[in-house]
Amino acid sequence: MSIRKTMAIFKKQIKDTLKNRTVLIQFIMFPLLTIIINSAMQVEGMPKNYFVVLFATMYIGMAPLTGMAAIISEEKEKNTLRVLMMSNVRAGEYLIGVGAYIFLLCMLGAVVFGIVGDYQGSAMLQFLFVMSIGILTSLLIGAAIGTWSKNQMSATSITIPVMMIFSFLPMLAMFNESIGKVSRLIYSQQINNLMSNIGVLELSFENVFVIAANMAVVIALFVIAYRRSGLA
Amino acid sequence: MEQKNRIVTDHIAMSFQDNVVLQDINVKIEEGEIFGLLGPSGAGKTTLIKILTGQLKQISGTAQVLGMDNRSITREGYAKIGMVLDNTGLYDRLTCWDNLALFTEIYGISKDRIKVVLNKVGLEDATKRSVHKLSKGMKQRLALARAIMHEPEILFLDEPTSGLDPATASYIHQLILEEKGKGTAIFLTTHNMEEATKLCDNVALLNKGQIVEYGYPKNICRKYNFQNKIQLLLKNGESHTLTNDSSSAELIGNYFKNNAVESIHSSEPNLETVFMEITGRRFE
Ligand SMILES: Nc1ncnc2c1ncn2[C@@H]1O[C@H](COP(=O)(O)OP(=O)(O)OP(=O)(O)O)[C@@H](O)[C@H]1O
Ligand SMILES: [Mg+2]
Repeated sequence: MSIRKTMAIFKKQIKDTLKNRTVLIQFIMFPLLTIIINSAMQVEGMPKNYFVVLFATMYIGMAPLTGMAAIISEEKEKNTLRVLMMSNVRAGEYLIGVGAYIFLLCMLGAVVFGIVGDYQGSAMLQFLFVMSIGILTSLLIGAAIGTWSKNQMSATSITIPVMMIFSFLPMLAMFNESIGKVSRLIYSQQINNLMSNIGVLELSFENVFVIAANMAVVIALFVIAYRRSGLA
Repeated sequence: MEQKNRIVTDHIAMSFQDNVVLQDINVKIEEGEIFGLLGPSGAGKTTLIKILTGQLKQISGTAQVLGMDNRSITREGYAKIGMVLDNTGLYDRLTCWDNLALFTEIYGISKDRIKVVLNKVGLEDATKRSVHKLSKGMKQRLALARAIMHEPEILFLDEPTSGLDPATASYIHQLILEEKGKGTAIFLTTHNMEEATKLCDNVALLNKGQIVEYGYPKNICRKYNFQNKIQLLLKNGESHTLTNDSSSAELIGNYFKNNAVESIHSSEPNLETVFMEITGRRFE
């Protein structure tokens, strides 16, 4: 592993994303939406931070996942990733460079959610910790999709349904019990559950087990994708 | 000891499923040599470059690139190779400068090189322009700048001048010759016979995956000078074709004595006519 090369990729990604509106909007939309709705809607009897938790969950299911998949698949389609590999950049250096950037960008978004949700001190730390776990899992899913796909089109066709499941199921589960039984099995639901208990956070066996199992499946899928298509 | 042969292939063969794309390819490229792989579309030129750069694995035969087996080029090995692939692989949204800056960081070389190579390829005025705003020829030159930035020992250029105007193409020829002057071994593919004749120390004519002729371009042409004819155009407008030997001496002598000659040509074939002669095919 070369820190220098990872940093080079990281810097490239900062410059590139700033000029890439379709990706950038993914990272800005939900935090912005939360700021607006949270200040505009004050419904009696609604749980505190209802919208913050709802949108933060959607954010986790969407932004890191689509961002990672879009970046990797575009680089494959345009042959830039091949040029990087031929210039002596390792797959790990590339993935960590891009992944670290998206992770930090999403954590910035997470801080915005945290501020809007008015979390203080240890509550804020708990909130960011829970967010970081969700973001990391989504990142890995996005990496697996991007690696599997040969171009942006095929990445998008996988990203959209996958993203819908992870970001909308927790919301639908609030209204429908049988959906709730299924959504218990996905990490974004568990993250959503944890976020409802910020301040008095306790990790249950179910939380840890489901998230760990999701991660394990994703890593396995990534390895399969990598074996099938490679990065270049 | 420095090895003189930068690329050596030994009976390389390649096929995709049942489609045989390369057969029995033997070439040798030394430092400071420009080698041209010529052939019509679909002949297998890009495939050979991909094999030599480790992007594809041949089905049989071996190749040495910088003394390494092509199937296991090391990280250090790749740092000594520069290439311009048929699809340029530039970052569209980044500027010329940012595109090159990425690679100075990857290679761990000074940022000063960016200015040097941008000047060299004539893109000094486009430094801050995004790649998607560049013309095709400018992109090609930027890709070339990237390929030579780290002073590689081998340059692979897949159709470096295709689709460019003659002035830009000639500019790129100058750059290629400059790299050759530094001892870089250059492997280029082209459809352009004139370009090959002008630049290359050796060419291989590839047809349907086989090398049908290999050597110094002028020697190849001379070898195919079957017809060996001399063409005379006289001042009175008549044209005569004579055999190029002593039997024509008297006749030609007389034309000259009478001051009747407008022009005289020997019928040496060029690479293009040679290729057509060998294959019965026309170049596109
Ligand atoms: N990945 C692949 N899978 C299957 N067939 C392939 C693949 N790559 C190339 N081919 C086939 O190999 C043959 C040679 O292709 P190649 O790209 O090497 O030709 P080329 O000489 O570079 O042509 P051009 O001048 O048009 O670039 C073609 O018939 C092509 O269809
Ligand atoms: Mg080609």
